Amino acid sequence: MPALLEISDLKIQARKDDGSAIEIVKGVSFNVEAGQVVALIGESGSGKTTISLAALAYSKPGLELAGGEVRLNGEDILQMEPLAVRDLRGRRVAYLAQSAAATFNPALKIGEQVTESSVLHGILTQEQADERAEALYRALELPNPDRMGGRYPHQVSGGQLQRLMAAMALCGKPDLLVLDEPTTALDVTTQIEVLKAFKKVIQEEGSAAIYVSHDLAVVAQIADYIVVLYGGEIMEQGPADQIINRPSHAYTRRLMATARPARAAEAKGEARGAHHKATPAIRVKDLTAGYGGIAGGEPAVTILRDVNVQVERGEAVGVIGESGCGKSTLARVVAGLLPAARGDVLLDGQALNPSVKGRRREELQKIQFVFQMADTALNPKQRLGNILGRPLAFYGNLRGKEKRLKVAELLRMVELPPEFAYRYPHELSGGQKQRVNLARALAAGPEVLLCDEVTSALDTIVGANVIELLKGLRENLGVSLVFISHDLSTVASFADKIVVLYAGRVVEQGPVERVLSPPYHPYTRLLITSVPEMRIGWLEESLATREAAAGIARDVKMTATGCPFYSRCPLAIDGLCDQETPPVREDTTGHQISCHHSLTQNDPVRGDRYAANGAAASI
Amino acid sequence: MWPMVLRRIGIGFVLIWVVSVLIFLVTQVLPGDAAEIRLGQAATPETLAALRKELGLDQPAVIQYAHWIGDLLTGDLGISAAGGATIASLIENRIGNTVFMTAVVTVVSIPLSILLGLLAAMYPGGLIDRAVTFSTLGLIAVPDFLIAIVLILVLAVQAGLVPAVSYLSGSESFWKKLSILALPIATLVIVVSAQMIRMTRAGVLNVMSSPYVEMAILKGVPRRRIILRHALLNAIGPIVNVIALNLAYLVSGVVVIETIFAYPGLAKLMVDGVQTRDMPIVQACGMIFCSTYVVLILIADIASIVSNPRLRHPK
Repeated sequence: MPALLEISDLKIQARKDDGSAIEIVKGVSFNVEAGQVVALIGESGSGKTTISLAALAYSKPGLELAGGEVRLNGEDILQMEPLAVRDLRGRRVAYLAQSAAATFNPALKIGEQVTESSVLHGILTQEQADERAEALYRALELPNPDRMGGRYPHQVSGGQLQRLMAAMALCGKPDLLVLDEPTTALDVTTQIEVLKAFKKVIQEEGSAAIYVSHDLAVVAQIADYIVVLYGGEIMEQGPADQIINRPSHAYTRRLMATARPARAAEAKGEARGAHHKATPAIRVKDLTAGYGGIAGGEPAVTILRDVNVQVERGEAVGVIGESGCGKSTLARVVAGLLPAARGDVLLDGQALNPSVKGRRREELQKIQFVFQMADTALNPKQRLGNILGRPLAFYGNLRGKEKRLKVAELLRMVELPPEFAYRYPHELSGGQKQRVNLARALAAGPEVLLCDEVTSALDTIVGANVIELLKGLRENLGVSLVFISHDLSTVASFADKIVVLYAGRVVEQGPVERVLSPPYHPYTRLLITSVPEMRIGWLEESLATREAAAGIARDVKMTATGCPFYSRCPLAIDGLCDQETPPVREDTTGHQISCHHSLTQNDPVRGDRYAANGAAASI
Repeated sequence: MWPMVLRRIGIGFVLIWVVSVLIFLVTQVLPGDAAEIRLGQAATPETLAALRKELGLDQPAVIQYAHWIGDLLTGDLGISAAGGATIASLIENRIGNTVFMTAVVTVVSIPLSILLGLLAAMYPGGLIDRAVTFSTLGLIAVPDFLIAIVLILVLAVQAGLVPAVSYLSGSESFWKKLSILALPIATLVIVVSAQMIRMTRAGVLNVMSSPYVEMAILKGVPRRRIILRHALLNAIGPIVNVIALNLAYLVSGVVVIETIFAYPGLAKLMVDGVQTRDMPIVQACGMIFCSTYVVLILIADIASIVSNPRLRHPK
C-alpha cells in the first residue's frame, strides 16, 4: 500500500529578474504515512516551507515547481488541472500558517472563515459546519466556544487565533495537515498550550501532518518522523527517536547544540559584578509609564508600574516576560521615546529629561536603541555607508575620508566586509541586516545599547551568531547592554543579570544564576518549566505539573492592587495575594523576589537568606 | 467608534468655518470692490462713499464678515453686487443644472470604475489588465479641457452626433437633457474614472498579496470569491476615499467643463462673477463648492471608520 503522501525528487526553483533560475529545493524525497506526523526542520533558506507548500501543489509567487512528483494517495498532484487542485486544497490537504494574526482576514467573522472551506467544497452544510466548528473550539479548549464564531479576529488573543487556525484546517476533515511553524510566534507559556491542543486534536482526528519548524525541542514533542533540511537538500531523515537521541549528521548535531545553550551558565560564578560598585550606567527609579493622557502621575493605560532596575557599567541585563508584559515599553521609556508618567531614568547618576526631545545630544549619544525589525529600521533607499555615516556625522562630526574609514571600521566590528558600504539593505540577508542595525547604534559611540528582541526574527543559528557578536562587543567596547527577549535560553546564555517582568511589574531580578535556580518567583518557575526540552515525552510530563496547569488559558490582568500574578499563580493565597502588594525579598547578591510566600517555603535550603522588606513580612 | 465619527463631523464644521474666513479674506484683498463695479464709469468719490455706506462696505472687515456669515447661516446669501438680484435666486436657477450633471457622472463613473478596477485586478498582467492600465494611464496624463476639445472635435464637429454647446432652456425631457449633456458628462466620466480605476486596482492588488488571501487560495476558495469577499471588503476603505476625492475633484472640475461647453451651471455663475468682480456671488459659490468638498471628504472618512471591523467591534 502506498504512503498517504509520497514526495519524490522534488525540485523547486526561483526565477531571478534576468530570467535565470536558481534551484531552491534540490531533489527532495520523503513519505508521510497515514496518521503520521512528519517534521521538516532546518533554518530559514533550507526550503522547508517551500517543500511543505508543494503538498498543496502551491508555490509562492516568484517560485516554480520545476520537477519531481508529489503523490497524494498515489496521484501526482503537480500534474492536476487547476480546478482539481482547488478541490484538493482545504478538502484533502489543509494548511496552518505561522502567523495566525496575519492569516485571518480582519474583515470577516471567525466562524465564516473557519467553515468557509468545508462549505464551499460541499463537504458539510453551513449548519453542520457550524456545529463541527463549535466542537473543534471545545476540543481546542477555547473560551466560550458557542460564541467564538461570531467574533472578529482582532477580538481574540494570539494564542487563541493560532488554535482557531487549527479549527479552520480541521473543519473539512482533511487527510493531511501542513503546519508551518505554528508556534514560533508565541510565548513559551502559550506555545505549550497550543502544542498540547494540536497534539490532542491530531491524535483524535487521526490525520497525518507535516510539521515545519526550526525548533528541534518543539518537534521532539510532536513528530513521529523527522526530516532535517539544509540549503534545499535533505541532510538526514529518520524516526524522531533516532534523530533526537542519535543524530548521525554533523549539521543535525550543530542544530541541537545551538537550539539549547545549556540552561544558565551555572559555572559563571558570583564574582562578576563585585568590582563595579561605581555609579550605575542606567538607573530606573520607581518608574510608572503607559499610554494615553497622564493625570496625577497615572497614565490612561498603565503598562509599567513602580519599576526599579539598575544597569551597571559594562553589564548585560536581560529583560524577559511574555508579550505584552511591558519589556519593550521599558526600553522605550529609557530611550525617551515614551515619556514616563512618574519616576526617573538616571544616566550616570544624572536624571534624564523624560522625553527624547528634551535630552541633550551627549545624552542621546550615550543611549542607543537597536530595534527588533532590521527590515523596517534601515532606510531601504540609503546605502549602508549613508546609514552608518549619518550618526557619525551627527554625533562625531566626522566628514569625508575620516567618516569613510570609520564606516569601514564599524562594518568590520560587526564582521561584514567594508565593500558593504556601497550596498542597499535589501541586498543583505536577515542576519546581515541585524548586524548593520547594531553597527548603526554603535556608530554613535554609546554607553548603553538597548536591544529589543534583536534575535527574535532570526533563525537559531543566525541568532546565536548575533549573540556571539554582542558578547564580543561588550568585552571589547565595554558597553552596557539591556537585552530584551521573550526567550529565556537566549538571555541566560550571556546576560549577567535577569529582570523578570510580569504585567508591567518586576516580579524577580538578580544575577542570572540566582534567578534561574531556586528559590523562584512562581512566574519565573512557570517560564522556566515552559521551555521545551529536547526529549520525547517532555510535553506530557510538563503538563502534569501544576505550574503548567496554572498557566493555561488565563488572561493577564494589569492590576494596581495585590500581586500581578495572582490569577495564574498556583500558590496564590486568597485574601492576601489579591489585596496586598507583595514584599520585595532580597538576599546579599541583590537577588530580589516579590512574593508573599516566604522563600524558605519556596526553597528550604537557600530561602532563609532573603530578608523581606516592604508591607507584609514573612508568613 | 461613534465618538470618533462625531469628532470627524466636528472637525468638518471647523474646516468649513476656516474656509469661510479664507474666502472672505481673499475677496477683501482683491482690487476693486462692489461699489466701484456697480457704478462703473459713473463713479465719483461721493457716490462711491454713499454706495459703500449703503452696502456696508465702509465698516471694518470683522463686522462685514460677521454680517456676511450671519446672513449665510440664516439662509440669506445676499444680493448680487452687479445686477441687484438676490444671489439665492441666481443660484437656484443654476444649481439644479450642476447637480444634474455631477449626479449623472457619479452614477455612471463609480460602478464603471469599480467593475473595471476589479476586472483588471482579477488577472494582473493579463489582457484586460494591460488594456485598462494602458488607457487609464494615458487618460490621466491628458488634461480635462483637452479631452473635452478632442471629444467636441470628433463627436460634435466631425460626426455631428451631439451638440458642441450644452445650452439648456429648462423645458427639455430627461433623455433630451442627457443627449445635450453627453459631451461634458463623457469628459468628466473619463477624467474621474481613470483615477478611480487605477486606485481600485491598486487597492485590491495590495490586499491580494496579503497572507490571508494566500490562506484563502490554500483553502481552495475560487478566485472570484477571493476577490469579492476576501479582498474587496478590506480594500473598501481606501477605495471609498479615492472615490470621494474624485467626486470632490469633480466639483472643481465642472468649473472648466461648464466654461468650455457654456453650460449654465453654478461654476459658470462663479466664473462670470469673478469676471464682473461680483464678490457676493463669488463668495456664495465658493462656499458651496468648498462645503461640498469638505462634506465628501467627511463621508469618505466616516466610511473608512465604519468599514474597519476593529473600530466597529471593539474588544
